[in-house]
Amino acid sequence: MTTATTLNQSPVAVRDLTVAYREEPVLWDVDLTVPEGRLVAIVGPNGAGKSTLIKSILDLVPRTSGTVSVYGKPYKENRELVGYVPQRGSVDWDFPTTSLDIVQMGLYGKLGWIRRPGKKERRIAYECLEKVGMEDYADRQISQLSGGQQQRVFLARALAQDAEIYFMDEPFAGVDAATEAAIVNVMRDLRASGKTLIIVHHNLETVLEYFDWVVLLNVQVIASGPAEEAFTLENIRKAYGGRIAALNSLNGPEVDSSVLIGDD
Amino acid sequence: MVPEILSDLVFDYTLRNVALGSALLGIVGGVLGTFAVLRRQGLLGDALSHTALPGIAIAFLLTNSKAPLVLMLGAAVAGWLGTLIIINLVRETRISEDSALGIVLTVFFGAGIVLLTYIQHNRGANQAGLDKFLFGQAATLVERTVLQMGAVGLVALLIVAVFYKEFKLLSFDPEFTASLGFPVRWLDVVLTSLIVAAVVIGLQTVGVVLMAAMLIGPAAAARQWTNQLGVMIFLSALFGATAGVAGSIISVQAARIPTGPMIVLCMTAIVLVSILFAPARGIVWEAIRLRRARKRNLERRRAELRGEPA
Repeated sequence: MTTATTLNQSPVAVRDLTVAYREEPVLWDVDLTVPEGRLVAIVGPNGAGKSTLIKSILDLVPRTSGTVSVYGKPYKENRELVGYVPQRGSVDWDFPTTSLDIVQMGLYGKLGWIRRPGKKERRIAYECLEKVGMEDYADRQISQLSGGQQQRVFLARALAQDAEIYFMDEPFAGVDAATEAAIVNVMRDLRASGKTLIIVHHNLETVLEYFDWVVLLNVQVIASGPAEEAFTLENIRKAYGGRIAALNSLNGPEVDSSVLIGDD
Repeated sequence: MVPEILSDLVFDYTLRNVALGSALLGIVGGVLGTFAVLRRQGLLGDALSHTALPGIAIAFLLTNSKAPLVLMLGAAVAGWLGTLIIINLVRETRISEDSALGIVLTVFFGAGIVLLTYIQHNRGANQAGLDKFLFGQAATLVERTVLQMGAVGLVALLIVAVFYKEFKLLSFDPEFTASLGFPVRWLDVVLTSLIVAAVVIGLQTVGVVLMAAMLIGPAAAARQWTNQLGVMIFLSALFGATAGVAGSIISVQAARIPTGPMIVLCMTAIVLVSILFAPARGIVWEAIRLRRARKRNLERRRAELRGEPA
């Protein structure tokens, strides 16, 4: 048994988590503890269960077995401490509304039932759009935004949640360079103010540059720990199988990017 | 002609009831259809209305009454049951949503037709009126039924007004809605039940077969004209009501044209105009914009070839 104190201090603690939609488990016996104030990358091949891990922590998919706690309590008791950025492709961006309105949705949890957003909520939402450099697009119809701009609106919506721990599902997928830079800035600002970020990440090249904690996942946890210790060639091979052949070095720029192809 | 129609709308008992009933259907169907269309659940409305048919027949067989309220209740129960079956088929089996909709729609509708035929052959000629629920027969609407429909519609609209924020969130991003702690499954059931209410309102005016047009049509047309959910809901209700009233007037004036199909034709006209001519999304304007852009590009290139500055 883990002592109660470690559980209480950890933003997220996962014990013996198994998730199976059908017979085959998507996640198998996952144990995970993440320290506070880190930028955590969840890395692994397609079908490794990265999104499922996030969703099962947020009670969005049923757990076959195991327990999850957020700051020592079940998610549903501490959900106001959590912000969530789903995959951009999970919604229909032709929905008839504006960026500002989407960002205000991040405040709906705190507003509770029936109460409508007002002036104060509009102001907060506008400030969140400013943080991601999207204030000029506040009144823009969301279908007119580029993919990167949509991603930044989603990020702003999570910022509006004003959480302690943020879960983001592939925020860098298919975004332009400006958006990537904007997201990284926001991530670092959040870490500087003591927040914890858990991010499903695809691009192996940027793992060491952006993150200081890495979870390598392939149904099971392959490795988890400080980036330099966990994100080793051996562990990456274990997680990705034979798919990454000639990885020579993992020390930043000299990595041959041609072999560091994620998947997608 | 026009003043005559207007005075008929107020003083002609039949036309007034038909027009009011159809307008009600248009408003409620338009409002709830907006959410159905945005959630890509237009077909659910179609399945729901077809599943109402056996409910009408069973309600009649059980009570021997043709009172609209009794039959509406039967329709609502059957429609609701059909929804639960669809939702659970999708959740518990590997059957996809469109297949589940298809199965439930046809099974319920087939059962409804069998029951209607049985009633016609075994319960005497005076009961033969039930088949009007297939395509509607608005001319038989009486004031009391219209008032009952109005009450159902008012409750449905009030619920939408109260939970507007929650329904909007659910329609855009159900996963995020769940992560915030809102009971997504429960909201889903409420929203679907409200569509059942709209179907019940439309039973006597357009009938179960054509009902889907009054859920999908107004919303599809409204989406063409606006980028704001609130405005879309308002326009959708307006278009639905307009089609309802216009269809009623035409069918009553030109006797012998059935009301339900006429309303659906009016709705189709509104949808067509919207798809073609709505300012930002209309096909015609888009084609014109494209042609102008091509022409501009062509002229610029010619100018460049002649060596003139762009």
